[in-house]
Amino acid sequence: MPLFDRKDKSRYNVFTRRTLIAGGGMAAVFATLAGRLYQLQIVEGQTFMTRAEDNRVNQRLLAPLRGLILDRFGVALADNRRNYRVLIVKEQASEGVETALDNLAHIITLSPQDRERVLRQVRQNRAFVPVTVIENLNWEAFSSVNLHLPYLPGIVPDVGETRSYPFGAEMSHIIGYVGAVTEADMKRDPNPLLSLPGFRIGKRGIEKQFDPEIRGTAGTDRVEVNAYGRVIRELSRDPGTPGDNVYLTIDSEVQDVLTRALGDQSAASVVMDVETGDVLALASTPGYDPNLFNVGISDAQWRALMTNDHDPLLNKATAGVYPPGSTFKPSVALGGIEAGFGDLQVFCPGSMRLGDHVFHCWKHSGHGLMTVTTALQQSCDVFFYTMAMRLGIDGIDASTHALGLGQPTGIELPGERAGLIPSPTWKRSVLGRPWEEGETLVTGIGQGYVLATPLQLCTMAARIASGRAVVPRLTRYIGQAPQPRRQASLLPFSPEAFKLVREGMRMAVNVPGGTAYARRITKPGYEMAGKTGTAQVLRITRAERAAGETKTNDLPWKYRDHALFISFAPVEAPKYACAVVIEHGGAIEPFQVQVARDALLFTQERDPSRLPTAYPAAVGDLDRTFAQK
Amino acid sequence: MIARPYATARRTLSLSDKLMEINWGLVMLITVIACVGFAMMYSVAGGHLSPWAGKQMIRFVAGLVIMVVMACVDIRTWMEWAYPAYAMALLLLVATTVVGKVGGLGAQRWIALGPVELQPSELMKISLVLALARYLHGLGVEEVSSPAKLAIPLAMIGVPAVLVLMQPNLGTATIIGLNGVSLLFLAGLSWWWILPALGGAIASVPIAWRFLHPYQKQRILTFLNPARDALGAGWNISQAEIALGSGGLFGKGFLHGTQSRLNFLPEKQTDFIWTVIGEEFGLVGCVALLLLFAIVIGYGVRIAMSSRSQFGRLLAIGVTLNFFFYIMINASMVMGLIPVVGIPMPMISYGGTAMLSVMVGFGLLLSVHVHRQVEIPRGSGSIL
Repeated sequence: MPLFDRKDKSRYNVFTRRTLIAGGGMAAVFATLAGRLYQLQIVEGQTFMTRAEDNRVNQRLLAPLRGLILDRFGVALADNRRNYRVLIVKEQASEGVETALDNLAHIITLSPQDRERVLRQVRQNRAFVPVTVIENLNWEAFSSVNLHLPYLPGIVPDVGETRSYPFGAEMSHIIGYVGAVTEADMKRDPNPLLSLPGFRIGKRGIEKQFDPEIRGTAGTDRVEVNAYGRVIRELSRDPGTPGDNVYLTIDSEVQDVLTRALGDQSAASVVMDVETGDVLALASTPGYDPNLFNVGISDAQWRALMTNDHDPLLNKATAGVYPPGSTFKPSVALGGIEAGFGDLQVFCPGSMRLGDHVFHCWKHSGHGLMTVTTALQQSCDVFFYTMAMRLGIDGIDASTHALGLGQPTGIELPGERAGLIPSPTWKRSVLGRPWEEGETLVTGIGQGYVLATPLQLCTMAARIASGRAVVPRLTRYIGQAPQPRRQASLLPFSPEAFKLVREGMRMAVNVPGGTAYARRITKPGYEMAGKTGTAQVLRITRAERAAGETKTNDLPWKYRDHALFISFAPVEAPKYACAVVIEHGGAIEPFQVQVARDALLFTQERDPSRLPTAYPAAVGDLDRTFAQK
Repeated sequence: MIARPYATARRTLSLSDKLMEINWGLVMLITVIACVGFAMMYSVAGGHLSPWAGKQMIRFVAGLVIMVVMACVDIRTWMEWAYPAYAMALLLLVATTVVGKVGGLGAQRWIALGPVELQPSELMKISLVLALARYLHGLGVEEVSSPAKLAIPLAMIGVPAVLVLMQPNLGTATIIGLNGVSLLFLAGLSWWWILPALGGAIASVPIAWRFLHPYQKQRILTFLNPARDALGAGWNISQAEIALGSGGLFGKGFLHGTQSRLNFLPEKQTDFIWTVIGEEFGLVGCVALLLLFAIVIGYGVRIAMSSRSQFGRLLAIGVTLNFFFYIMINASMVMGLIPVVGIPMPMISYGGTAMLSVMVGFGLLLSVHVHRQVEIPRGSGSIL
């Protein structure tokens, strides 16, 4: 290139050299950039692809529908109710959230607290997040909101599911309830479902016992979200599997009759099928309203439940333990007869001396000459002191254990207690003192250390009635799977022994002079057999006895004796057993017998084999019915 | 064969000659790159021309006209305007610091001139190249390295660089500084100056650190350890890397970039648009774009080398380097190689001022090309 300026030639040469250097530098920079691209997009590309996918896709769990809990005839005891609720979405509220709430308040009542909470939550969340305004609306209010929807921008009506317990307190101790998940629950169960907002798990009763089955399995909803968490579209959806329905052995009608019979007493009672062990009713009064726990219990309500001296939160039928008192006598009798004392005859003068102790019979004037059956009929203490002495504490232990006392029955409810049948070994290891013979006597009439739950007492009655080791059970089906039900094995007592004990129990109810005669079932073919019992809460002092005060009904409620009764019916071919425990029921009024009478009569009348054919099952049957007429 | 008007070099060129002489290949190339930008803006808007692509197209057409007009202006006219332009830019820069409107990130970068909002720092980049080219045009190789002659260009670079740094705008200040120093280097500054200066620059890093704004320190710390602020400033860069990296070899396809479409990318239509290209077109797309850029730079270097005046050479290489520094800083930033600074990708990122400033640069480059045979006496290089 011709240049006119010599000096410019040297400048041009320098410029060219330096430009080449700069060009090399630029090429190096471009190579670095390309290298970095290679590293990001090829070497680490897969990692970043995964991270981009993680960014984009949000997997949400869908709560499965909770299984129902049904009674033996399919009546729902725990149900899923539609929860009509109203939500508000800020970004859709074109006239502002405040105005939207004002307009809504013209249609449904909205408390100032609710209003404040909604405004707070709206502020805390992003504009597209729906906030619950009000829940559990009735259908009228909900449809009214729907009707006015065109004038309520931002208001979104929604239907959710919530647990409902139509029987309320009556079934509370069987069904239990569901409640919000606590941190302890989450630690115990790592299932991510528990962390879903608003998720409920079983806290008591069947709801707790079978929670994994009733809960079902979570569905998933894969959605694409943007950087702010707004859902852009649904990618895939798996609705999950609804929980299993649980079919109980409970008959809600029997439960209803039994609960009503117990009235406002602090009491527990169980009705059971003596052959299958099916628990038809299991009542513990008072109960509580399980619906309160689901929707949220107030402090005042909670305090009232906690401070009530009738202990409404305790299932007394399985977790309440009581000295069985005289209801223990049939099991001592059974053991005694089996041990060869069936023809024992004892003269009762009203008391019995052992060493320097005097053991009294409840009847101070004495019963006279007693046999096993008359002693059971009249509940003679002196006879059973003698029987207990002959049988010995080990014999009592063996026979009562065989009848199901002293160990949990295995009922499908959480928190069952084992009760206690004392033995010398037990006493030495727990109390550190040797067994005394007097204690064998006291054990013989179901006092002292003996403790049993009403469910155990009912099981005992059922075993005496059937002669088999029936086990109580509460569930028939979990989903499609029948619960195991095997033929109960025969008990290690001779049929003669059972015959004698059943006869004594028959006489206690149905023969004048029997302790339960006043409240017997008079309907022919429906008669029951039974054994009353009174359990001392306070030891009666010698001074009181001297003063002639041996009845506790004048004492304050909590010091009165417990009133107990075990029974089965019908006498001839036992089908149902019933145990009743009235806490501090006193001894005069055989109220507990009346409860068992009502329950057993009702149960027998409902027995399908006893029902007159009200609705012929088929056309052929109908013809036959007419033909007979 | 088309008759070349430059066969007779001294002749004054007519307008049609100049139009003929414009390097239309380069113009085409610039248009192609701009179209890539429109496509990406169309994509990040979710497949719509509004709000970005449409506006940017109009701006580009206006820029194209300006570019062609500038190409036809005689190179000597540009030389005459070099100092006034520089003075004007400096004045505006000072004004920005005094009356400047507070813009994004609390930085004073914009000045309102009636309805037009102007970024004087952009104006300064171009006028500095003009002024330095003019000054150095008057110096011989040996004169460049004399301390007395060197002080003036250093001041010309230093004053605006410090003013821009004070706004604060680290990115643009860096470009101004790099651009100016590069021109001194190309004009033949002695290695005896260059090497100690490099050493000094490295040694003064700890001192410079104290003069940085808290947000700039924050960015540098975050750059050194992105996990330090994973949800704040580090979030931007890690999301950008996810976007780029997830593109893989061929990308997710046009309009299918999830990171940009779902708003995980910050500033996706401006500074981070490179990551959208990476996500949607992968390594292939990114390297292709880098190649287009490299060809443009190659054009610039060739134009510089073919100019018969030192002013033309330095002007051409100056605007080319300016273009290059934009690319280098933006790409390094979004790929996590340097701290986050607010520098757009030239011709691709959305933004009027940045695009205009780049196209004005290309206008000057084309003017150098059109007037490459024009010889300018050295004497006209003096300041006065």
